[in-house]
Amino acid sequence: MSDELIQRVLKVIATSKRIPLETVMIESDFLQLGIDSMDAVEILFALENEFDISIPDDEVRSVRNVRQMCEGVERLAAAKPAAKQ
Amino acid sequence: MRRVAITGVGAISALGRNAAEFAESLRRGRSGIGPIQSIDCSQLRFQNAAEVPEYSHQPYFEDRRADFMDRFAQFAVIAAREAVASAGVQWTAAVRENAAIVTGSCVGGQTAQDVGFQELYKLGRNRVHPLTIPRTMANAGASHISMEFGITGPSFTVSTACSSAAYAIGQAFWMVRTGATDLAIAGGSEAPFSFGILKAWEAMRVVSPDTCRPFSKDRRGMILGEGAAMFVLEPLEAALARGARIHAEIVGVGMSSDASHITQPSADGAARAMRAALRDAGLAPEQIAYINAHGTATQANDIAESAAIRTVFGPHAGKLAVSSTKSMHGHALGAAAALECLATVTALRDGILPPTANFNQPDPECDLDVIPNQAREAQVEYALSNSFAFGGLNAVLALRKG
Repeated sequence: MSDELIQRVLKVIATSKRIPLETVMIESDFLQLGIDSMDAVEILFALENEFDISIPDDEVRSVRNVRQMCEGVERLAAAKPAAKQ
Repeated sequence: MRRVAITGVGAISALGRNAAEFAESLRRGRSGIGPIQSIDCSQLRFQNAAEVPEYSHQPYFEDRRADFMDRFAQFAVIAAREAVASAGVQWTAAVRENAAIVTGSCVGGQTAQDVGFQELYKLGRNRVHPLTIPRTMANAGASHISMEFGITGPSFTVSTACSSAAYAIGQAFWMVRTGATDLAIAGGSEAPFSFGILKAWEAMRVVSPDTCRPFSKDRRGMILGEGAAMFVLEPLEAALARGARIHAEIVGVGMSSDASHITQPSADGAARAMRAALRDAGLAPEQIAYINAHGTATQANDIAESAAIRTVFGPHAGKLAVSSTKSMHGHALGAAAALECLATVTALRDGILPPTANFNQPDPECDLDVIPNQAREAQVEYALSNSFAFGGLNAVLALRKG
């Protein structure tokens, strides 16, 4: 994963949850950050906009931490048709 | 305080155009869930819902009358007509002046609103239809019922999201019980299938891509539904005196607020609503034999509701039959509690407990007798109908066999 992608994901989480960016780390899990299921849905919405991707419901069921979230975004962004880039 | 009888029932839903078809579908465990017909779903993550199939305002309303009514208000009047006819209400000037109407609706006339906003935002026009406001307002169902029957007493609409109709029926029950009115028409109606509303539900990631499997380990979320159910409530004594059919008695209602989270359910709030209903009815937990669950088939609801039932009923929870009929009529939001109250009334009246359809696999976290897939014959004296809403507003109805 590129640092740039990780930084963008961290920023989306911090902005959406309205917490300081420095409190969000690649090793953080959602429980630590106080992210509940509704917060997570908002973050997914913000990630879809940030990366111009569509995140299927099935992809998110098992995601519990920031690293898994970054990996998912990377996979979906890579699979995106190149035409728009 | 007076005892309160349900003397009339009416319904329109994915399970049929009247209360008898609704009861027959429940008895057979037939689900009304299928591909959405009324709008184009190609841009949605889910394609299934529980719609009233092939609905048209004809033969229910003349074209000019239908012009004034969104689909949800039409459903309200259709169900109220059936309820009033089945109750055999004799309209006199005194009855009309005293009668009350209490309806539940979560989102009001969404089709009308969506059409109007598409005109502005999508088609670039500079005006919307002048009836957009009266079609959209959430009280339109109550208003059209009042005009239908010439009822001039108190009429109003309650909006508490997915529990709206339980609050409406509960409020009407209290009005009849205390003598504030001698006849009430109460229930709920909803028609939430607009592209905008469906997109909003998609964004919440709680809608199942296939079907509704309450309490099943492999459940994947809720399925939206539409329709209406309405009831005629009267003092039991007066109803018996005029020889009316008693479908069931309403004996209590309990209301509570979670005061915790705007969407996550609280087992504590649900338990307090069930306890309040038992208290209002003067019942011990052991007297309840069936619960029509809120049972949305979301991960969170079914676990919280199961825990709440265990908390309230203790060891008796293992002897209770619990089912979610949302597996068949879908989650009709502001009409949900009315359809489920009708399912409960039907169970008590006919001695047939409706199943939880589409059930595949027990979930240890929903360890209850959920009547999987097949209706069950059982004579039940008392039952509860649970309704819990986004916003943490809960209402539970307690019913007795008529």
